[in-house]
Amino acid sequence: MKIAVPIKFVPDLVEELNIDSSGAALDTSWLRLIINEFDDHAIEQAILLKERGGAEVTIICAEGDGVDDILFNAAAKGADQLVKLMGSDAAMMNSHATARVLADFFKEIQPDLILTGVQAHNDLDGSVGALLAEYLGMPYVGYVAGVTAASGSVIARKEYPGGIIGEMEVKLPAVLGIQAAEQPPRYVAYSKINQVSKTVKIEERAISDLDSSGGATVGRMFKPEPAQRAEIIEGSPEEVADRMVGIFKELGVM
Amino acid sequence: MSYDTIKSIIVALALLVALGIFVRYAWQRLWVYLRRGQTSPKFSDWGERIKGLIVFVGAQWRLFRFRLPGIAHFFIFWGFLLLSLTILQAIAEGLMAFANPQFVLPVIGTWGPLAFVQDFFALFVVIAIGYGLYLRLIVNPERYKGSHRNQGVKVLTFILTIMLSLLVMNGLRINLNEDLLGRYRPISTLIGGLFVGLPEATQSIIEELCYWIHLGVVMLFLTELPQGKHFHIVTSIPNVLLRNLEPRGRLPVTKTSDGAAGVSKMEDFRWRTMLDLYTCTECGRCQDVCPAYNSSGLLSPKLLVMNLRRNLQERGAALSAKQTNGVLSKSLTGEIVGEEALWNCTTCYACDQECPLFIEHINPIVEMRRYLVLEGKMDKMLQDALANLGRYGNSLGQSDRMRAKWTQGLQPAVKDARREPVEYLWFVGDYASYSPTLTDVTRKTAEVFSKAGLNFGILFDAERNSGNDVRRAGEEGLFEMLMGKNMQALGKCKYETIVTTDPHTYNTLKNEYAWDGNRPRILHYTELLDQLVASGQLKFSKKLAAKVTYHDPCYLGRYNGVYDAPRRLLRAAGCEVVEMPRHGDRAFCCGAGGGRIWMEEKPGHARPAEIRIREAAALTGVQSFVVACPKDVTMFKDAVKTTGNESRLQVQDLIEFVQEAI
Amino acid sequence: MSQDIFVLIEHLRGQVADISYIMLAAARTLASSSGGQVAAVLLGKDAQKLAGNLAADKVLYADSPALTEFTSEAYQLTLAKLIEEQSPRAVLFGHTTIGADVAGWLSGKLSLPLVSSCVNFTSDGKFLSQTCGGKIMAEGDLPSPTILVTMIPGGYKSEQGQAAQASAIESFTPPALDNLRVALKKYIEPEAGDVDISKSPFLIAVGRGIQNKDNLDLPNELAAAINGTVCASRPVVDQGWLPTSRLVGKSGKRVKPKIYLALGISGAPEHVEGINESDVIVAVNTDANAPIFNVAKYGTTLDLLDLVPQLTEKVKQAKGG
Repeated sequence: MKIAVPIKFVPDLVEELNIDSSGAALDTSWLRLIINEFDDHAIEQAILLKERGGAEVTIICAEGDGVDDILFNAAAKGADQLVKLMGSDAAMMNSHATARVLADFFKEIQPDLILTGVQAHNDLDGSVGALLAEYLGMPYVGYVAGVTAASGSVIARKEYPGGIIGEMEVKLPAVLGIQAAEQPPRYVAYSKINQVSKTVKIEERAISDLDSSGGATVGRMFKPEPAQRAEIIEGSPEEVADRMVGIFKELGVM
Repeated sequence: MSYDTIKSIIVALALLVALGIFVRYAWQRLWVYLRRGQTSPKFSDWGERIKGLIVFVGAQWRLFRFRLPGIAHFFIFWGFLLLSLTILQAIAEGLMAFANPQFVLPVIGTWGPLAFVQDFFALFVVIAIGYGLYLRLIVNPERYKGSHRNQGVKVLTFILTIMLSLLVMNGLRINLNEDLLGRYRPISTLIGGLFVGLPEATQSIIEELCYWIHLGVVMLFLTELPQGKHFHIVTSIPNVLLRNLEPRGRLPVTKTSDGAAGVSKMEDFRWRTMLDLYTCTECGRCQDVCPAYNSSGLLSPKLLVMNLRRNLQERGAALSAKQTNGVLSKSLTGEIVGEEALWNCTTCYACDQECPLFIEHINPIVEMRRYLVLEGKMDKMLQDALANLGRYGNSLGQSDRMRAKWTQGLQPAVKDARREPVEYLWFVGDYASYSPTLTDVTRKTAEVFSKAGLNFGILFDAERNSGNDVRRAGEEGLFEMLMGKNMQALGKCKYETIVTTDPHTYNTLKNEYAWDGNRPRILHYTELLDQLVASGQLKFSKKLAAKVTYHDPCYLGRYNGVYDAPRRLLRAAGCEVVEMPRHGDRAFCCGAGGGRIWMEEKPGHARPAEIRIREAAALTGVQSFVVACPKDVTMFKDAVKTTGNESRLQVQDLIEFVQEAI
Repeated sequence: MSQDIFVLIEHLRGQVADISYIMLAAARTLASSSGGQVAAVLLGKDAQKLAGNLAADKVLYADSPALTEFTSEAYQLTLAKLIEEQSPRAVLFGHTTIGADVAGWLSGKLSLPLVSSCVNFTSDGKFLSQTCGGKIMAEGDLPSPTILVTMIPGGYKSEQGQAAQASAIESFTPPALDNLRVALKKYIEPEAGDVDISKSPFLIAVGRGIQNKDNLDLPNELAAAINGTVCASRPVVDQGWLPTSRLVGKSGKRVKPKIYLALGISGAPEHVEGINESDVIVAVNTDANAPIFNVAKYGTTLDLLDLVPQLTEKVKQAKGG
């Protein structure tokens, strides 16, 4: 089985984020980028599938700071091919553009299964997976936490709220949006990454003309007011309980 | 054939067989098996090594840390050495019996004062063995748990039999006037007195019987010796001679053939480590002082060594027999030594320090952890911490740009050592920089430094975690990366002395960083302040009337021998320092070291920090539990709460007292 | 082409998800600026009864065995046909395990723009979305003729999306739903054994303020009523009142639920370390100076022993009604 895992880099939320002078985008000068955590799970799931039943795993990422390290990290885990898309900025492509670029590439390499993070925290135009599936004419199932290979299909365990799992049989080729791998992404020791970086090659692939149409157009970005201290709900136990139930409903947990 | 000739033949045969067995085992274990291990670095500094032999083998120095058992062992050891000469005499006597039944070796069999000393030592050994049997059979202390009790008792019985048979034999010889040195053996004379009434012929038979018992048990002992824990009689001398003379805080690294660090099978260990395994006497002192053993019970340094030794033997035999499976397919980290045991070590050094024969525990534990890290087999929290350390240079997962946020608003402003030369470069460390509970203490430290008139600065966001515990958690590659970044940052600064907040940082900077012979002066802040008080540069205006106890951080005390400076400082500030039962080099670890602070603690049993707080809470009148390590603050503040001692004890950093007293 | 606002009603095993009502409330705001109607789009098999309390002007209903339970492909194909035929002004989907599976695909299929993680629509008809984990808000226009939007809770109240009586149901014919490549084999219930607290969206955490083991009945009852999970801070676990698997904090699990209801928890850093990624923390602590109020969004200084029984009662009422 050929498994492709397209991954993307997102702003690291540990850093303070700022808006640039246009007022409609993040200030990239201070931005630190890290791998989208769901993509990290997608890599892990691909490696698990490979370990269980054999597979050829290809990891694809747009170029950027720290991308080589993550690709080597994936290779140290067991990925077979590393592909870097050149001529683009990982932080700048929206999901539509990314999905189009990836679709072109996948039409060439014809993977049986594409695993990608179900979303990224900076997706403003949906996730790459669902778009990619449509562009490739493949079925898509997202929020997957566990995949088992069968012949000509996979069983994807789709997570619903409350811990209910829907077992979906998906015919291959297909795209799955990974919410969580069956186990947390494994740790790779530095020495292993160093070793791999000396032996494994990253294939570079040029991309041209980005087509971002279909994405949301942002007119303004701003930081929400930080909540300083808890809003204290006053009143009798009954009143407070009423208000709390209201809050729970607003937040959609009831 | 006369009896004497037969005796000679039997003695000669027995000697041959016993020696044969001994040599066979010893050769197999010390030559065949050990040679499969990795090479050890060259041994140098032979003067120091021989000195150690005198102090630690000859004078049995470390054994006296457990007083009575130490004294008992001292007599057994010396008794053994002195009385091995009588054994030589007995063997020679037997071998020469065909020619001269009264054969005596020159000096050994003829020198009165020697006989006198031997006679008394035989008694001492009997008493010591009696104590040993009492310990094993009646007291049976916790530290013996898991040791080979029967083997111990057997050998004690052997020695007892050898001694008693000797004393009876000598006593009877005195009675029969066969002993030229009889007047030098008062003890034997006394024992002989018990037999005086018997006919001479009977005495003679008993004497001959004792000879055979004596010699027979000696031969049995000789065959037993290389097979169990008593092999230490042979290996302890090279083990002490070839002990690790590097600073305690410098972890050795064995690189395997493919360049990676990490031990995944017995043969990946250095042969020197294997020698350690053979030297273990199963005395359990290490286990007795181990914080992991005394809390979760998931790790015993003694059992770890015993399990490794067993694997060394079994694998050794299997490899020699060219087997391909069985014991050879058992995983070292998992089946031989449990992963949980390996991760429970706090690297506090109590075990290594306690071992009378310098067996290293932390070193092999870290070697095996390195392999587990390579395999990605670790606690999820540790994994997150390591990932954070790799990405941000701190375990807390905070932005490296925020490292010096605690300095904001400080007057005078803290200098940037990268921009201007300073006298003291203050290496602040992760917890002191980021932890919300600790930054207040860190600001107080800055205030004290300023008031003492120090020209100091910090590395701001160029500082990274020093890597001390990263290395001990087994992530050698990450340690190298962190060290490289810190060295690079330090290399761009002009300073004279590095001062650290964290004893862990202090340890690795001082003992492990690659200074290439240009190591600057490195001080822990307690050392620096102590010096400033001594020189009069730092003066206290107040005398605090607090009654406190001081907890020695492992990496300051045991690892680097800094015990007095913190105590002097506290006293100078007016505090009365009350010691806990375990203090100084016996201080009980807080449980945070070696990366433990990043790992999940399994509740359900006392944690090391809680045990320690209970120890302190039992001291009358002590209000403060003083620490000098940021990790201690975190660990003990939690423990004070969980043990319900919040109102009873306050956990404070030493700097808080200094700041208050200025 | 119309000015109507479509809302995809999400349901799982006969239960309409709360996000559907929230979206209906949002759709009402949008419809009033666009001048169109709110249409609830319901796909199912004999599922008309689910339309009972949807606050919509009409319900567009497709009935097919293939739509009995959600599968991405059947939903995608059905919705593609509907949207293509009716060309509404906007289609709202939950940014959920159901909505997000179809919205992106439709954007590609129909070449329609898509906005995700929308919390609010402004009165002048703009979207307001959360991005970067809520650290940044993004605002923008909703391009014509049709925009697809995935929504997250927070901006609207679900009550506003509920109506007393049912709206008119207009049935529409789904496309041929055969040869589907995605099929639901079965649902698997969460294990009856101990729960994974890091996966629960509603955590009820108890701290030392619970005082004794018997009092644990209170949070347990609340958890049962609201389908939440009880977890604890260190002292409670150390007492052996709850198993280790329920421990939150430095030495336990790190959690990020939608709601973290902290009962009698002071908010020691060791604990806060494990919860600061929660969406909303609600703190109950008699000590007004407890640090937990620094990380909580809402709080009360009532005694948890007084509050919790009331809360359980209110939750039961709200669920029953």
